[in-house]
Amino acid sequence: MTVILGQTFTGISIGAVLLLIALGLSLTFGQMNVINMAHGEFIMAGAYTTYVLQKSITSAGLSMLVALPVAFLVSGALGALLEWLLIRRLYLRPLDTLLVTWGVSLMLQQLARDIFGAPNVQTRAPDVLTGHITVLGGDDPLTFANSRLFILGLAIAAVVALSLTLRLTPLGRRIRAVVQNRDLAEVSGISTGRVDRTAFFIGSGLAGVAGVALTLVGPIGPTMGTNVIIDAFLVIVVGGIGQLKGSVIVAFVLGVLQSVLEYSTTVSVAKVLVLVAIVAFLQWRPQGLYTLRTRSLV
Amino acid sequence: MTTTTTDSAATKAETATEAKQPTGFKGLWGAGRPARAAVGFAAAAVVLFAVAPLALSDFRLGLLAKYLCTAMVAVGICLAWGRGGLLTLGQGVFFGLGGYAMAMHLKIADAGPGNLPDFMQLYGTATELPWWWRPFGNPVFALAATVLLPMAVAAILGSFIFRRRVKGAYFAILSQALAAAFSIWLIGQQATTGGTNGLTDIQGFFGYDLDDPVNQRMVYFIIAAVLLLLIASARQLIHSRYGELLVAVRDSEERVRFLGYNPANVKLVAYVVAAGMAGLAGALFVPVVGIISPALIGIVPSIELVIGAAVGGRASLVGAVLGAVGVAWAKTALSEEFPAAWTYFQGLLFVVALAFLPGGLASLAGIIRRRRANQALGGEVA
Repeated sequence: MTVILGQTFTGISIGAVLLLIALGLSLTFGQMNVINMAHGEFIMAGAYTTYVLQKSITSAGLSMLVALPVAFLVSGALGALLEWLLIRRLYLRPLDTLLVTWGVSLMLQQLARDIFGAPNVQTRAPDVLTGHITVLGGDDPLTFANSRLFILGLAIAAVVALSLTLRLTPLGRRIRAVVQNRDLAEVSGISTGRVDRTAFFIGSGLAGVAGVALTLVGPIGPTMGTNVIIDAFLVIVVGGIGQLKGSVIVAFVLGVLQSVLEYSTTVSVAKVLVLVAIVAFLQWRPQGLYTLRTRSLV
Repeated sequence: MTTTTTDSAATKAETATEAKQPTGFKGLWGAGRPARAAVGFAAAAVVLFAVAPLALSDFRLGLLAKYLCTAMVAVGICLAWGRGGLLTLGQGVFFGLGGYAMAMHLKIADAGPGNLPDFMQLYGTATELPWWWRPFGNPVFALAATVLLPMAVAAILGSFIFRRRVKGAYFAILSQALAAAFSIWLIGQQATTGGTNGLTDIQGFFGYDLDDPVNQRMVYFIIAAVLLLLIASARQLIHSRYGELLVAVRDSEERVRFLGYNPANVKLVAYVVAAGMAGLAGALFVPVVGIISPALIGIVPSIELVIGAAVGGRASLVGAVLGAVGVAWAKTALSEEFPAAWTYFQGLLFVVALAFLPGGLASLAGIIRRRRANQALGGEVA
């Protein structure tokens, strides 16, 4: 029983990390239809921001609090810059955005290597987050790490914030208008170029927030973006492009699946089995878990 | 280096005019400018078989052999991506399947009958050859597997993916995930696949000692011949009825479906053929370099295989092949001197080639020609 609960919690916390890294993508890939391979490097930028801030702010707790908004701004600015420099030229060629942004990601990785060195760096977790809470006592206690709970809370907060922004604010309405019908939005007086850039800013900013969270669970290094980006894309694809609730469900399901498979096999076999499960799932629902019902032929 | 066939129909406009030509003459080189193609092909053969072996040192010739292997993958990418619109970021998987199939046979042959390959003895975990290694002891089986294994995997995977109309970005991401999963799986199976190190230190090639420069030269000639063969068959395929259908599926899949064809099958053929070419390339790569490892076939190398074709021109055979060789050569030249600068250059190459020159270098000629024609008309025609 403890084992099952423990594995489930591990799975949920993997899911929370997945959700955080995929959330920004659900805006840039799901809504804007841009396959941003440099998203992983924006996550890396968020992680390095935490590292840099910790150098100047000695209190780990305070530096992490400061890092959350700063990382959002840093990664957001990188995203807006990328949109302005390259992506706005490529909205009609989504597949090419994949390769172009892969080129950008290569350069950003090398930049990180030149600035911070090739080896991974470490940050200190705030004292509050280093411990764990005991849920079940007894001979075989069940404990949840505080840092994992924090990431779970952060993921939920980010999802709520993003979905409220998209649903309730004028900006959110403009973003949805541009996504649904760009031309009509344009003639209605919406500056689609500016909306694109803002959406990109928010999506990339969320990558920065994910980066801050990732400093709690793993090392920070130039290749950390590459390690997470594929998983993030798979979450969006399986959840259904442009469907926030799909991403949320799929992130947690994949997290639990991964955790259970890792427990019963090995990490590498689990990865392969998860991929097989995804291909099988796409046989059943090729457009992902949730889809917008349209009259299009595909 | 390899001035091969002169198929430079990179733009859709040119493809369209070509299709209008009478296709009565279907010679060795298929329809469309057969004479120019034959001349280009002959020139390529002369360069590959006479000029390069005489002009290059043994070391440089070995490097060229390596580049030609990536060019073989590029031929497949040109078919699947350039012609069929299937951006496959997982060619490393098929390259790896071919490479491992070949390396497994060579390791068994190196160890001699009854012995275990060296790395298995080192870990001491296996007392006898794992069951799935055994068939690779047979040279005929191993050789066939280098091509048929990748094709079979591509056929199974492709039929699942294409029948359910998974396409575009979905397909690209899935193929990339496949590359990631495959290399992670290989690393996990330390005892039977050599893990991160892969299969290293391969000594012989079907009874010939690979340390001998003469034998290395033979391997180069085999690779050059196979590359020319692949280019010729790809060209034949592109100019066949099937080739037209493939481009049609890329440009308007629905129309092709309404005409009564099954686009899934059309795409599947391109994907499977590309996989077979990548497998063959991987198999021939092994005797040149003497090693196959997960680092050669994961996400990053898989994308690197695409970059050459993209820079040279994804839809043009000549462009893709020259691009692959050129980019691989640039990588060696630059990363020997400045390892960091190479990464920036590679990134920049991607950005510039795809954001500003989507047809690759092969489309430059056409762009210049059109611009000249416009100027001749007084610049009135945009």
